Amino acid sequence: MNRFVLPVIIFLLLAGVLYVGVVHSPDKSTMVSALLGKPAPAFELRMLGDPARGTFSSQRFAGRPWVLNVWGTWCAACRDEHPVLLDIAKQNRLPIVGLDWRDDDEDAMRWLTQLGNPYTVVVVDSEGRTAIDFGVYGAPETFFIDAEGVVQYRHVGAMTMEVWEREFVGRIPHSVSP
Amino acid sequence: MIPELGHFALILALVLTAAQAVFGLAGAHRRDDRWQAAVRPAVAGQFVLTSTAIGALVWSFVNFDFSVLYVASNSNSALPTFYRVAALWGAHEGSLLLWAWILSLWTLAVAVFSRNLPPTFASRVMGVLGIVSFGFLLFALVTSNPFERIIPSPADGRDLNPVLQDPALAIHPPLLYTGYVGFAVAYAFACAAMLEGKLDQTWARWTRPWTTIAWCFLSVGIALGSWWAYYELGWGGYWFWDPVENASFMPWLAGTALIHSLAVTEKRGLFKSWTLLLAILAFSLSLLGTFLVRSGVLVSVHSFAADPARGKFILWSLVVMIGGALTLYSLRAHTLKSNAGFEGTSRDAFLLYNNILLVIATVVVFIGTLAPLVNDALGMGSISIGQGWFTSIFPWIALGLVGLVAVGIHAAWKRGRLGESSRRIWLSLAIGLVLGAIVVYGAYGPGKWLSLVGIIFGLWLIASSLFDPIDRWRRKLTLSRAIVGMTIAHVGLGVCVIAISTVESYTVERDVALGPGETLALGRYAYRFEKIDPVEGPNYDGVRAQVTVLRDGQPVTVLYPEKRNYWVQRSTMTEAGIESRWNMDLFAALGEDLGAGRWSVRAQLRPLIDYVWLAAGLMALGGGIAASDRRYRLKNEATETAPAPNTAGAT
Amino acid sequence: MMQRHKRLLLVLGIVAGVGLAAWLGSKAFESNVMFFFDPSQIAEGKAPVDKRFRLGGMVVKGSIEKTPGTLDVKFQVTDFRHTVPVTYDKILPDLFREGQGVVAHGRLRDGVFVADEVLAKHDEKYMPPEVAKSLKDNPPPPDAPAQPARGT
Repeated sequence: MNRFVLPVIIFLLLAGVLYVGVVHSPDKSTMVSALLGKPAPAFELRMLGDPARGTFSSQRFAGRPWVLNVWGTWCAACRDEHPVLLDIAKQNRLPIVGLDWRDDDEDAMRWLTQLGNPYTVVVVDSEGRTAIDFGVYGAPETFFIDAEGVVQYRHVGAMTMEVWEREFVGRIPHSVSP
Repeated sequence: MIPELGHFALILALVLTAAQAVFGLAGAHRRDDRWQAAVRPAVAGQFVLTSTAIGALVWSFVNFDFSVLYVASNSNSALPTFYRVAALWGAHEGSLLLWAWILSLWTLAVAVFSRNLPPTFASRVMGVLGIVSFGFLLFALVTSNPFERIIPSPADGRDLNPVLQDPALAIHPPLLYTGYVGFAVAYAFACAAMLEGKLDQTWARWTRPWTTIAWCFLSVGIALGSWWAYYELGWGGYWFWDPVENASFMPWLAGTALIHSLAVTEKRGLFKSWTLLLAILAFSLSLLGTFLVRSGVLVSVHSFAADPARGKFILWSLVVMIGGALTLYSLRAHTLKSNAGFEGTSRDAFLLYNNILLVIATVVVFIGTLAPLVNDALGMGSISIGQGWFTSIFPWIALGLVGLVAVGIHAAWKRGRLGESSRRIWLSLAIGLVLGAIVVYGAYGPGKWLSLVGIIFGLWLIASSLFDPIDRWRRKLTLSRAIVGMTIAHVGLGVCVIAISTVESYTVERDVALGPGETLALGRYAYRFEKIDPVEGPNYDGVRAQVTVLRDGQPVTVLYPEKRNYWVQRSTMTEAGIESRWNMDLFAALGEDLGAGRWSVRAQLRPLIDYVWLAAGLMALGGGIAASDRRYRLKNEATETAPAPNTAGAT
Repeated sequence: MMQRHKRLLLVLGIVAGVGLAAWLGSKAFESNVMFFFDPSQIAEGKAPVDKRFRLGGMVVKGSIEKTPGTLDVKFQVTDFRHTVPVTYDKILPDLFREGQGVVAHGRLRDGVFVADEVLAKHDEKYMPPEVAKSLKDNPPPPDAPAQPARGT
């Protein structure tokens, strides 16, 4: 009986190790940007919708912190994070600029109408130049830019409340009122 | 509508697998005939429903239904039809559904071909398979639903990963999964035997063909993956000891040990508990492979997008399925004793040594693959294991195995004094030495000494394997499929060893910068870079170079390596220009534009490399032929039989 | 007795064999284990000078220098606290680019990392786990410019 128990024991030890491995694997999935600590690239882009509305410049938020969320209707994970963005928008702590990346205007407008619009303003980056400037490699990605216009945090992948509370809210200076 | 139908079918299938498991196991335990009679219908139903589900997903792909999230993420309006179907298994959710469907297919096969098995045993087998199916379907529905909708639906999809837009890679997962999942049958047979408390030679005879066929598929699947890596990853390598490659290789090694161990159990009633353990191990390694690839614990070229939640789920299923089986093993294995003895040079002994080496090989690969994970989990820092770990140990094990086969196939069961056969063994070795020396010193020139040994051993094995069959054929004796299959498979092994030894020693490789008109000399060959032109395809654009290959100054062929940019996923792929000649591959791949009209080019001469995959094909062919042997199709229900008559040729 | 002698020899043989295998195995393991070091650890002199190891970090934007017409390339790898210069003379993988994570295998020579292998992956979100973890565990100080590392 003795030696036949060995396989189970070995297996359970291995399972334990694998469990630790799985639990720790999120540590490895955070991504960092070469932009961290550097000024956010300036942009001036057309706003989504009626062309008469004109353009929006990133300088408009100079002196206050803001959030940039890169998304597209073609992006599966953007769909996943959308409800979270809506909840975040309801908190009304920071303005969220939506960067509609390589997308179709009509689809984007339909998306926002049907699902709700968490963005303070949506700008259209059809060529993807601004996204490249920000070092974006895939959607969704969300950036925290501080009051001096410096990129302080970049989150790759679908936004979660946990990340928002931990990494974004924590960076808001107290002088900014909700 | 159709996706919802698929989703619904999947849920129903889940219910039926639960029924299958309950009726199968409880029905057998209670010896309830009505419950047991319900198992096969449950299997059939589950198969139909799972097929409906996968059919719904295929339909969604073929008809460009981008409102399905999975389709939008893995397909595109410019994607050709063949790849729209293959995109099904392009990412996690779909490939999991494929796993589940293949499992239902195997289970259906078991249901159909198990009518001559004792009813309770068959019920238990299907019951266990029901548990496995249930686990996978539950996993799919709870964490990885492929039918999720995305609303509003995007105008176009994200496209299939260009890396996967290739014929070989398109069929590699189904074949591989057929192998992996097939080991579940051996696992189920093992669990059923443990539950019955009985394991005899008949059991081994039933289990063998299932296991062998699964092994054949796995062999082909792995070979396809290797071949694909060679021509698609652009750098001419065919095996990288990457964690995901290893994840498929470990079940294969264990599976090889298993089919040989089953041979002994069938013929001599020996190694029972060992065979049982191997059956559990082979499938466990398949499951472990699934875990490693999808959980995010290991990062590799092939891994699917990491998700710890999925990782935990799979881990729990592993604990239930493997832990459960091993617990059963610890409780029941001690009742399975065999009393027969055997001599140190008998066939039994050689198969034991073979098994030991194969298990050592599995452990070596296991350590190399999991050490980084273990190290990290234990907080000892982050390490990686270089290829050297595998490449310094493996050749020795392989040579040992080849030698054992070359000698062992001439050994007789139980008593096997090699006396009578030693003449053949020495003669084959002599043939190997002579031919090997000719090949190495005549054709290729001196290389690594290990390669010389490898080539000699490979030739020895081929000669040794062919001796008996040719002898029997000349004497007009029967050549059973078992013998033919075994011979072909072993010859395949020999070819594989020769090919790998040759490639590793005599490959010529250079990375150079070439401009139009410039030539690179590679031994007797030369590569002349002629020009480079833009090129466009259905969902990509890029450049194509023209490289003339010269031999002794005379042009022999032209290669067309390409560099492609796939629009939607914005990724770059390297398509190598390869020409396969009978004895080597001429290989050229484009690196990057270096400016000044020059491009970096990787040029290679790869001798005998195609025989590596051909050899895998031979092994699979041999296995298939052997599995179709008459005795597996006989309907008798013999119980514990006396040891087989001393036919030295058959296994 | 003959039988006993045979058995004893067999057992001794097996023990010796296993011992030898274990010893060879651990040597093979040792010589193939590669440790990971980030640029700061190299700057602190923690990286070995005589052994091959893994270097990981981000490719500094604007640091890629190619000698036109040849395969030689130089670039810098940083973890935002220190930077290591790297040289390489083979074909770079398709996904290698500035501002992205990279892992290289090679040796330190006079403060320069001479790479014999540069790795990238067929996954659009490539960040080697050790690099991410290292960057996460040791976030860069807000204003410090990256300093060149001086490996021993």
